[in-house]
Amino acid sequence: MPELEDYRGQIPAWCPGCGNFQLLKAFKQAMVELGVEPHGLIVVSGIGQAGKLPHYTRCNTFNGLHGRTLPVATAIRLVNHGMPVIAEAGDGDCYGEGGNHFLHAMRRNINVKLFVHDNQIYGLTKGQASPTSGQGMMTKTQPFGVLPENLNPVALAVAMNASFVARGFTGDTDFLKELLKRAMEHRGFALVDILQNCVVFNKINTSKWYKERVYHIKADEHDPTDREAAFQLALEFGERIPTGVIYRNDRPVFEDSLPVIATDPLVKQPYSIEDVAGEIQAFF
Amino acid sequence: MIGGQAGQGLQTIGSVLGKLFARMSYQVFSHQDYESRIRGGHNFYQVRFSDSPISCSRRGIDILIALDKTTVQRHEHELNPGGLVIYDSEAVKEKYESPVFLDVPFRQLAEEAAGSRLMENTVAVGAVMGIMGMDLKPLEKLLSDTFLRKGQDIVDRNVAAAKAGSDYAEKYCERCEFTVTEPGEGGRLMFLDGATAVALGALLSGCRFYAAYPMTPSTGILTYLAAASKKHSLVVEQAEDEIAAINMAIGASYAGVRAMTGTAGGGFALMVEGLSLAGMTETPVVIYVGMRPAPATGFPTRTEQGDLLYVTHAAHGEFPRVIMAPGTPAEAFYLTNKAFDLAEKYQVPAIILMDQYLADSEWSLPELETSKLVYRDYRLRTEELDTLKAYKRHEFTDSGVTPLAEPGASRHLVVTDSDEHDEEGHIVEDAETRIKMVEKRLLKKLLQIKSEMSPPRYYGPERPETLVACWGSNLGVVGEAVKTLRDGQSIGMLHFNEIWPLPCMEEFDWMNLLDGAGRTICLENNATSQFARLIRMETGFEFDERINRYDGRPFLLEEVVEKLRA
Repeated sequence: MPELEDYRGQIPAWCPGCGNFQLLKAFKQAMVELGVEPHGLIVVSGIGQAGKLPHYTRCNTFNGLHGRTLPVATAIRLVNHGMPVIAEAGDGDCYGEGGNHFLHAMRRNINVKLFVHDNQIYGLTKGQASPTSGQGMMTKTQPFGVLPENLNPVALAVAMNASFVARGFTGDTDFLKELLKRAMEHRGFALVDILQNCVVFNKINTSKWYKERVYHIKADEHDPTDREAAFQLALEFGERIPTGVIYRNDRPVFEDSLPVIATDPLVKQPYSIEDVAGEIQAFF
Repeated sequence: MIGGQAGQGLQTIGSVLGKLFARMSYQVFSHQDYESRIRGGHNFYQVRFSDSPISCSRRGIDILIALDKTTVQRHEHELNPGGLVIYDSEAVKEKYESPVFLDVPFRQLAEEAAGSRLMENTVAVGAVMGIMGMDLKPLEKLLSDTFLRKGQDIVDRNVAAAKAGSDYAEKYCERCEFTVTEPGEGGRLMFLDGATAVALGALLSGCRFYAAYPMTPSTGILTYLAAASKKHSLVVEQAEDEIAAINMAIGASYAGVRAMTGTAGGGFALMVEGLSLAGMTETPVVIYVGMRPAPATGFPTRTEQGDLLYVTHAAHGEFPRVIMAPGTPAEAFYLTNKAFDLAEKYQVPAIILMDQYLADSEWSLPELETSKLVYRDYRLRTEELDTLKAYKRHEFTDSGVTPLAEPGASRHLVVTDSDEHDEEGHIVEDAETRIKMVEKRLLKKLLQIKSEMSPPRYYGPERPETLVACWGSNLGVVGEAVKTLRDGQSIGMLHFNEIWPLPCMEEFDWMNLLDGAGRTICLENNATSQFARLIRMETGFEFDERINRYDGRPFLLEEVVEKLRA
C-alpha cells in the first residue's frame, strides 16, 4: 500500500499561504487512502499555479498547454482505461481558455476526474479577472470592474448533466479529501470545483470570506440524484455557498461504449501489419 | 467527363467507371471539381484511361455525360473531334439536335429494366460501355462485388440497368467511332484517392488513435478510419475543435500508441500551439494538412499549394519537424508510413502536406506492398522497463533521443512538461539545462533527421538544358509534360516529395544538377513561388523562371506543355 512519503515531490514554488498547499495535502491523502500508487496514476495539468501540482507530488505527469487538460486526459483514458486519469486545472485554464473542452468532456462522460483550483482570479499572470471573478471586482485590466456575470461552473455542469458534480474548499481539507475520494470512486466524468484563496491577488474572496459562507450539504436535506434540486442548490452562491456532492447520475461511461476497448485497454492490445493488411484488397 | 449538380450522383458514375477500368488493367486518372454545396450548382468529374501511364488532368473531352443543361453549356466546346455528349432529354428538359448529342433515356430505361429510377446512374455507366463497344462482363462483376451485400436482387437489377444502357447506346449511336486499345499487361490495378491512401497508410503503419474535426479536404481520412475502427484495434474520435484534436493525438501518443490528426490549413492554424507542445514534450504525432485556397475560408473545395511556408514555419519556438508532400496516392501511402516511423524514431511531429487536387483524385496503381512498410515499436513497454534502475523521460543521450516509456507499465514515472524541464521532466529555470535541452531536442536530432530524408527524384537527361522543379501533386502533370516535350528538347524534371528538412546532397547532388541547367523553372500552384523561396532560403539558389497558377484549379497538361516548350 502506498504511504504519504511515496507522494513527496518537488518543493512547491507557490506563495506562502496559498490555498494550493491544502489542496495538495488533500490530494495526496486521498490517493494514499484509496491505495493508488504514484505510478498507477496519470495526472494531466494545464498552465497556471494549478498546473504545477503534479510536480509537487509524484505521479505520471503530462503538464501541457493552458486550457487543454481535458482533450489530453480524454485521449489518455481512451488509450489506457486501466489507469485513473486526473485533470488538474485552474479557473481561467478550464473555464476560460478551455471552456469548449469542458462542455464536451461532460457530454462524452469520459471517466476523467477534473479538479479545478478555483480562486476566482488569475494568479500566475498577476491578478486579472477570471471567468469566476465576481461582478464588479476591480483589477488592473478591468478598470471599470468586472462587467460580465461570473460563470457558475457547478450550475453549468448540472445543466450539462455531468455525471458527478461537487464543490469543495481548501480551508476544509478533510472534507475536500473525502470529496476527491468520492470523485475518484465515481464511474464517469467528475468535476470537483475547489474554492481556494489567492493570498496575493484576490483581496475579496479571502479565506475568511469563504469560511464565513461555505457549509456542508446535509445528506438528509439534499438528494444528489435529483437533478432539479441539484440545479437549485447549484445556483446558491453568495451569502451561503454549499459544499459537497451536488449532483450525480449513472450515465453510460464513454469508453464503455466503444467495442474496441470493451476488454483490454487499447495500449495493451497487440498490433501487427498482417491484421490490417487485408484492407488493401478493398481498393480493387 | 460527367457533369451535373451536386447530389445527382456524378461522383458515383465517375468512381464506378474509374474502378472498372482499373480492374480491366487500364491506367486511370480521375479528378473532381466540386463546389462547396451539397445540392445544386455545377460539379464535374473527369476520368482519363489509357494503356500507358497517365497522371494528370488535361483539356478535351471524348465522352461527356451531361446530367443537366449547365454541363452542356459549359463543356460542349471542350469536346474533342469525334467526341460525344450523352444525356437524357427528359431529365435535362432540352432536346439537342446536333449530331454530337446522343439522347439516352437513362430514367426511363432504369424504370423499364430495373424497376427503379434509382438505377439511372448504372444505365449511364452501361451506355458509356456501349458507346465504346466494350464487353459488359467486368462491369457485371463489379456491380456484383459492390452490391452483393444488399442482396442478389439489387445486383440483378443493376446488371439489367447496365445492359439496357449499353444496348440502347449500341443500337442508336451513329457516331460511335471510338476504338479502345487493349490494356497494358499489369494485371488488375487498385483505384484510390490521395487522402484515402494516407488513411490506409496510417492504418498499416500502426496508427491506433485518430482525432479530427471535419474539414475539406481532410474529412476522407476521418471517414475511412472511423469505418476501420469498427473492425480493427483503433480508436477514432471526432473532436470538438482542431485544438482538441491535436491535443488528443498528443495525449494518446503520450499514453503509448501511435496517433494522428488531420485537417486543412484553417484547422491547422488552430493546431499550431499543439504542434509546439509536441515539439517541447518530444511526443511523436503525425498530422495531415490538406491544402485549399485561402486566406480564411477561401475556396473550400478547390486546390492550392499555398500553405508550404506556413506549415514549415508554423508554431512558436524552435524544434524539428518532418514534412512529406507526396505526388501520387502510392507515394501518399508509403510516405505516411515513413512519417510515422520518423515521428516515433525521433519523437517529433511529422506532417503530410497534400493539396485538394491529389486528396480527391482517384488513380489506378499497382498493388501496394506491405513488404515495403517499416514498423518498429521504439517504445519501452513492461519487460524492458522493469530492468531499468531508473527512468528519466528526457534524459540526455548522445543522439538526443530518450526512449519513450509507456506510463503505468512499470514503477517508473513518465513525466513531461510544456515548460522547459529537466531530464526527469520537472520545470526548471536555469540557463545550463536550457542549453542542453535545446541541443538534445533540436540540434542533435536535426542533422539525423536531415540524413533520413530521401533526395528529390530526377527524370530526364544527364545534363538537361531546361530543368523544371516541382513538389507534391505536380509530379503527374509536369512528368507527363516533360515526357511529351523530351523528343524535341533537352528537358528534365526534379520532383521533391520529402521536403522538410530539405534533403542532403550526399546521395544525389541535386544542387549541382540545378546549377548546371541552362534554364531552371519552378512550377507551383500558388502565387508567390513558396517552394522556390524555400530553396533560396536554404541554398541561395534562384530559379530563372517561375510558373504559378492560383485560381483554385490544377494545372492541365496542355497548359504546362505550352509553358515549358523551349
